[in-house]
Amino acid sequence: MRGVAIVGVGHAKFGRRTDVNLGELAWEAVKEALEDARLDQKDIQYFVVGNVGGWSAEPLPAVVIGEYCGLNPKGTMRVEAACATGSAALYNAYLAVASGMADIAMAIGVEKMYESPTPTVVEFIGRAGNYFWEFENFGLTFPGYYALYMTAYMNRFRATEEDFCRVAVKNHYYGSMNPKAQFYGLRITVDQCLKSRYVAWPIKLYDSSPITDGAAAVILVSEELARKITDTPVWIRSVGVATGTANLSRRSDFIGLDAAYQAAEQAFKRVGIEHRDTWRYFDVADVHDCFTIAEVMAYEDLGFVERGMGIQLVRNEQTYKGGLIPVNLDGGLKAKGHPIGATGVSMAVEMTKQLRQSVEPRDRQADIHVGWALAHNVGGTGHYAYVTLYSLDKDGSPKVKPKR
Amino acid sequence: MGMSVEARYEEFWRQSIKQLNEVVKATGLPIAPDEKGQYNLWYDVRELRLRFSISVERIKRFFEGLKEGKIYATRCRRCGRYYFPPQIDCPYCKTSDMDWVEISGEGELLTYTMINTKPLTYSHYPDYIVAIARMREGFNVLAWLRVNDPEKVRVGMKVKLQVTRREPEGYLTYEFVPAEQ
Ligand SMILES: [Zn+2]
Repeated sequence: MRGVAIVGVGHAKFGRRTDVNLGELAWEAVKEALEDARLDQKDIQYFVVGNVGGWSAEPLPAVVIGEYCGLNPKGTMRVEAACATGSAALYNAYLAVASGMADIAMAIGVEKMYESPTPTVVEFIGRAGNYFWEFENFGLTFPGYYALYMTAYMNRFRATEEDFCRVAVKNHYYGSMNPKAQFYGLRITVDQCLKSRYVAWPIKLYDSSPITDGAAAVILVSEELARKITDTPVWIRSVGVATGTANLSRRSDFIGLDAAYQAAEQAFKRVGIEHRDTWRYFDVADVHDCFTIAEVMAYEDLGFVERGMGIQLVRNEQTYKGGLIPVNLDGGLKAKGHPIGATGVSMAVEMTKQLRQSVEPRDRQADIHVGWALAHNVGGTGHYAYVTLYSLDKDGSPKVKPKR
Repeated sequence: MGMSVEARYEEFWRQSIKQLNEVVKATGLPIAPDEKGQYNLWYDVRELRLRFSISVERIKRFFEGLKEGKIYATRCRRCGRYYFPPQIDCPYCKTSDMDWVEISGEGELLTYTMINTKPLTYSHYPDYIVAIARMREGFNVLAWLRVNDPEKVRVGMKVKLQVTRREPEGYLTYEFVPAEQ
């Protein structure tokens, strides 16, 4: 295996994008990524499209996008890993370059969720687990799955609904500064969150990420090409991949996502760090906050802090910029939006920009000391998990951040 | 309650199709502004209906059990593992040699939620509680929990798993009720 670096990133505006079709939406991200890398379609040898679909009209999104963006006749495939689909696309493109099958590859994540009425989307996402045993008879919804975790977590660690609302407030705070975010310009208060209606008790509307259209794209190249293309390649240093049971009933507890823990374990092992106090190694992280409970569990599954201590990070505002570890400075899924297939690629775009120190406005640019970043992307309710580590260094293990 | 789910569903689509036909008639195209009145959308003139047919031949004993008022799990004769939902193959032993065992029904609540925003196909039910309980045998079951007062539901409470008829559809399924009822 050889080194793989991100040399170009592109990101469409997230939101209710009824002004563009699937191809047009993807092109916004693809065009930006090509321009960022100063490459042409003819340079891209292979591309992967992350798209879940079902709610959108095109059943073969990869070829539709390939044609619209001028990428054919290059080879492609469409990948699915529920809400971690974007990370799956990234992983697939990474493998293509690392293995030597391609020198330059592109990962595209795109989702058009507003092509169907909201009830249809709710119905589709509720089926994302084990359809027959958990939806057909018991009508779980996406917030419902995570609510099962929130109830158990609150009961076990005496966390409150207010604690979780603080996560939403933080992510809206950063999303309000991100022009690409669905809720750009829209901050919320703890009180607003607490007063929002229950969608699946104890999860409220403001604990939840929205329905979103969006696209993101990244260009990956081999170590031989990286420095010829850019002065600031961002290296994909490690990817951890794991799964959880389809049936939630087959899991032993509901206070953390085992798939995310396993994926983190793999990712850390590969770069030679222990799976504890891991906040010390990363300047910034994007974690999967489809619901506020998911962000808190992520802190613990990733080993930033011990089990049950994630809520303390929130209470002490340690995941804001300047804290122990800044998390979701792009607004997260909660405020940036969660176009299912694009989210993982969007995380790669954000981590790249953070490490390049090119985030605007500067209020949401993390301080970069050691040059390492982490993205945590969960599919379904811990059905899939991807943990991806990024670095400005091609070799070597992460170092401990300087004391503040 | 009022309308059945079929009626709601049909009404939902009938309204959309009616609007679509009016737009086509008036303008010659199925194009109209989006919900926010911002951008033009082409409203699909082709409908795709989905209702799947799922194979249950190899676990039909489970459904026969429901008719007798019993809820079965399967248990591997070689390694002793319980399977619920029941399955006929033990991937660990690579055998298909299962006992069908009736579940004791005694369990303890691990977690629960109340579904307030329901899927369209569940919109005709009042808000319902979905719970996961650990059964005495050591495996978990996910089902609705039927209680008079949702405020009294607690993690750790004792529950009983029983066969029930899901109305208004009238098909057999299973549910939890509080043990001391
Ligand atoms: Zn066995």
